[in-house]
Amino acid sequence: MIELEGLTKRYGEKVAVNNLTFTVRPGIVTGFLGPNGAGKSTTMRMMLGLDRPTAGDVRIDGRHYDRLKDPLKYIGALLDAKAVHGGRSAFNHLLCLAQSNGIPRQRVHEVLDTVGLSSVAGKKAKGFSLGMGQRLGIAGALLGDPRILMFDEPVNGLDPEGIHWIRTLMRTLAAQGRTVFVSSHLMSEMALTADHLVVIGQGRLLADTSMADFIAHNSRAYVRIRSPQRERLLDVLHGAGITVVESGGATLEVDGTEAERIGELAARHQLVLHELSPQRASLEEAFMRLTAESVEYHAHSDAPAPPQQWGDGWKKD
Amino acid sequence: MSTPQPPTQPAAPAWGAAAPGSPYPGYASPIPVVRTHFGHALASEWTKIKSVRSTMWTLGVFVLLVVGIGLLTGVVVASTDPDLGGENALSMGFFGLLLGIMCIITLGVLTTASEYGTGMIRTTMVACPSRGRVLAAKALVFFLIAFVVTLVSVTAVAFLHVAMLEGSNAGEPTGGEWLKATVGISLYIALLGTLSLAVGSIVRHSAGAITLMIGAVLAPLVIAMFMFASSLEDVRIALFEYSIPNQLSIFYANSLSTSGPSGWDPLWIMIGLTAVVLGGAFALLGKRDV
Repeated sequence: MIELEGLTKRYGEKVAVNNLTFTVRPGIVTGFLGPNGAGKSTTMRMMLGLDRPTAGDVRIDGRHYDRLKDPLKYIGALLDAKAVHGGRSAFNHLLCLAQSNGIPRQRVHEVLDTVGLSSVAGKKAKGFSLGMGQRLGIAGALLGDPRILMFDEPVNGLDPEGIHWIRTLMRTLAAQGRTVFVSSHLMSEMALTADHLVVIGQGRLLADTSMADFIAHNSRAYVRIRSPQRERLLDVLHGAGITVVESGGATLEVDGTEAERIGELAARHQLVLHELSPQRASLEEAFMRLTAESVEYHAHSDAPAPPQQWGDGWKKD
Repeated sequence: MSTPQPPTQPAAPAWGAAAPGSPYPGYASPIPVVRTHFGHALASEWTKIKSVRSTMWTLGVFVLLVVGIGLLTGVVVASTDPDLGGENALSMGFFGLLLGIMCIITLGVLTTASEYGTGMIRTTMVACPSRGRVLAAKALVFFLIAFVVTLVSVTAVAFLHVAMLEGSNAGEPTGGEWLKATVGISLYIALLGTLSLAVGSIVRHSAGAITLMIGAVLAPLVIAMFMFASSLEDVRIALFEYSIPNQLSIFYANSLSTSGPSGWDPLWIMIGLTAVVLGGAFALLGKRDV
């Protein structure tokens, strides 16, 4: 269990992490989501005692990280795959970590086997591909067989097989009762692995919700309609008490009304429809809308659309 | 690369019954819990320092310089059939060491600063959150390695020189001279390396720290060389006498000047300097973000 309370980190004028309060619970995979530069890595570094918080507190099973006597058995962390001396072999890298925590040498062989690096254990880490480096980092995280696992962008650089492996691994670890905390900037990735979501943007907490709730609230269902008799259709729908959003061009969107009802209304008034299709907004889109205000580095050509009215409703809860 | 398997853990999920007395439920590992101590950090740092090639390179070049140049000096001096006029033969070990200290400085800096360059420091500090313990372990492991390697090299060279120059009217070194030229100089050089290690931890950049240390070794001599103004004569002499090459030569009792530090003074100076800088490194390490 990881508990954050009012965690804040300032670098001079800039606030990287702003008053974060949430709890990461055991037994489930908690996704930590935010656009690049949202403060995910800074938050994780503070959890691990690498960065000192400007204000607030973070506790691991009730204790500060630097009070842990055998930290690798509490937390295994994959921060970034590059946190390795390239001149050292995979085995020696893991061995020096194991020794610092009194973990038996045999365990190094076990984790190398777990991540599939046994055959290159004696090779220097600088010759490793991005994916192999990532696996070595994960081996380091698993070394102490810890109660809490923390992965910062674990799927970066992995091939599809590796991504599948990571997902299965995280689910297995959580099912064993461990706390699994994984950061990502990809909503689609989280949708497949996380049970709970913590979303931040510009260092502020935007959402702390279960994945199921997030989907229910955000995956907006609507009906898309195109018709050459647009004005008449609008009148008919309005008369039936249906609110219509004009989404540009000849397309109309209707929230929360079934396609059947609109089709029947159109038929009754003898209106021609060119399209009548139920749609579901993707989670990725929902995430983009949620964080749009707080994205730090906009690409100028096609900046994400400003948040729209439907996205505001659930932010209150 | 073989297809990795998801881990199969022998332990069943231990819900709500983690560590005895722990209010925090979750997974309980079958690996025995060990309270870590300084010994663990020492073992870890020992593995680290011996498992990178730069250690072998710097120490190898060091031994090569000290023994090689020492041997060369001995051969050249002996072949010219000199009259040493009663001065002892140990002092000829100085030239090799003067070049060799660059290697020790480099290794000292790399021991700390390279972890910042590679990002390894974050992994290290996550594994051992008491930062002071990490630095202390690094300093101790490095100091012992540097001391032993220097001691072996300079002692070998000293015996060689004494044997080679037996007939050249060289004075028989006293016990005190032997001690200074072997143990004394080795302590001094190991401390100089530890000073570099502390500077590496403060600067966090290998090239920067090495440049700084080599500058500290050479700059006083170079500056003194070009300080012509007579009003600065005292400063010039002090720079000269307290420069690291001159301090080194004092261990061989052939100081480049007559006043200034003498006897074991350089060692006390280096102990003080290293203690202060290492103290600063400890304080900064505790305060800064990794």
